[in-house]
Amino acid sequence: MSGWSKEGKVQLLQGNEALAEGALAAGCRFFAGYPITPASEIAEHMALKLPAAGGTFIQMEDEIASMGAVIGASLAGVKAMTATSGPGFSLMQENIGFACMAETPCVIVDVMRGGPSTGLPTLASQGDVMQARWGTHGDHPVIVLAVSSVKDCFEIAVFAFNLAEKYRVPVIILSDEVVAHTRETFVAPPRDQIEIVDRVKPTVPPEWYRPYEDTGTGVPPMAAFGDGYRHHVTGLTHDERGFPTQRSDEIDALMRRLFRKITQGFHEIQRVEGFMLEDAEVAVIAYGSVARSARRAVTEAREHGVRAGLLQLVTLFPFPRRHVEKVLKMCRAVLVPELNIGQISREVKRVQRGTSRVETLNRIDGRLITPREISDCLIKMYY
Amino acid sequence: MAEGMTGLVHKYLRHEKKFPHIWCPGCGNGIVLGSLIRAIDRLGLDKDKVALVSGIGCSGRMTTYADFNTLHTPHGRALTYATGLKLAREDLTVIVIMGDGDATAIGGNHYIHAARRNVDMTAIIVNNQVYGMTGGQYSPTTPYGARTTTTPYGMVEHAFDISALAVAADASYVARCTVYHAALLDQLIEAAIRKRGFSSVEVLSNCHTQFGRRNKMASPVKMLEWFKENAVRMHATSKMKPEELEGKFIIGVLADSERPSYNEEYERVRERATGNGNVPKPPARCEG
Repeated sequence: MSGWSKEGKVQLLQGNEALAEGALAAGCRFFAGYPITPASEIAEHMALKLPAAGGTFIQMEDEIASMGAVIGASLAGVKAMTATSGPGFSLMQENIGFACMAETPCVIVDVMRGGPSTGLPTLASQGDVMQARWGTHGDHPVIVLAVSSVKDCFEIAVFAFNLAEKYRVPVIILSDEVVAHTRETFVAPPRDQIEIVDRVKPTVPPEWYRPYEDTGTGVPPMAAFGDGYRHHVTGLTHDERGFPTQRSDEIDALMRRLFRKITQGFHEIQRVEGFMLEDAEVAVIAYGSVARSARRAVTEAREHGVRAGLLQLVTLFPFPRRHVEKVLKMCRAVLVPELNIGQISREVKRVQRGTSRVETLNRIDGRLITPREISDCLIKMYY
Repeated sequence: MAEGMTGLVHKYLRHEKKFPHIWCPGCGNGIVLGSLIRAIDRLGLDKDKVALVSGIGCSGRMTTYADFNTLHTPHGRALTYATGLKLAREDLTVIVIMGDGDATAIGGNHYIHAARRNVDMTAIIVNNQVYGMTGGQYSPTTPYGARTTTTPYGMVEHAFDISALAVAADASYVARCTVYHAALLDQLIEAAIRKRGFSSVEVLSNCHTQFGRRNKMASPVKMLEWFKENAVRMHATSKMKPEELEGKFIIGVLADSERPSYNEEYERVRERATGNGNVPKPPARCEG
């Protein structure tokens, strides 16, 4: 029994369920979480499906504990995930930093709701973008992906696990209340069409194993606890053997490798989707549920004779700079609509360097940005 | 004896570059690590199948020195990482080392729930009643009236009884000892590891550097004498009046019961999910 189900069958799923199904398809066999709106259905679905798949679900005492258990399970060799929303995501930051430092693959889903603090538990927001990027302390690279549909939820969950395993990093998926609870028809792809990546394990004899050795890819092979490769894992800055160090040469080498392994993978980590961009003169750069409105808005604007296009960001970080630069160079003006006061728009402006005008459209009242609001902007920008 | 000890040191401690250790001369951490190693040796555990998990503080460095699968987690979180490890890989013997700040302050909630949940693992709490590594600030187990760097006029909070907390949370096995009673400590740790479910061993340990120095016990010997003179065996407490037990450390086994571990319970969940197990009845409704 696979745990995930029904390949080829048409199902009506909500985003949260599809995300859980995607995780199961990717080989996730451990989930630890704490109830929170609007993410709870992911935990509920995992509680239902994991046991039969030979996996483990556990509801921990808080989100700190959930993230700790996820890292523990991953160190034992099992693909692991947690899901939460803003308040819980804040609590997880400490342990996410550990996963960065100890290079422990795992996936964290943040179904964004309005904030700060308890905020708007049942309304959508994109307010956690920068928390996903910089939430844990210290200098660190991070992979952040955004989902905008039920189909996305499934596919991006698989993509997230693959990246986590390949690069030995925590991968954060940003969903939001609207994507999480919207039901859409979904057909699970045949299993042999789903590419699944597993972490590289050491092949050397245990006495040769250096758990944080630099390699060509910058990603050291990872042994699971119990596999005979006894080693030390710590959140302290460590040498190649995993032991704490204060030697500047060892500190520098570790920190630079942590960044380098992500930089070297930009080509496959940075995923975007273009829509009607070929001849676009004005473009929208959007992600998450806003990208859905943007897609419709582009079609509507085209009906008014506006040469509009959409660059949908799937990968938010590492920021897909080259893709954004290309759009900035070819378009006169770019609109960045967001359900925050301007988080990704700042990144766009950071790479803009005078190439084109960048406009923003922000809603922070818990409501969605409508296609009409975006198309109105596009028409104004065009004429 | 000495040769046997040396043999164990070579067998269970890491050889490469990790010594000298960071502990002060006379620190109780060495006694606890010694007891742990002797217990593991007597149990005949395979080093590859032992996971030693620690938090932050002087005791947390134990994982650096011991040659097992070792995990040095953020402050207070050791039990949560250990829970993930044990649930994902049941063939591991999971042992968690924490300090008093680790287990009862920043990680207090995790400690209560690990005991309640009964995941099959052993927690060893090195209780030196102070934050030693950060310079001697008071902890939740600092005795009333004691001087620390953050209670320069005396401690006015009341101390946590770590083991009573574990008993209340229904841990399967709860024991307390001191580093003076090393032979007893060997036995208690061995029994705790052997125990199915969550076991907790609290060890009163000496931090003469940060605690003793400010409380008229500025040497390891003075602190060990304090433990020796104030320890009362569990079986002797029944004949003592509550006022006689004031300020005493009750040592020995405080609780020992049998109930299925979380791992065993979850195996039943897996059976039910695949249609092979019996679904339990909901709890009986209160009558009347």
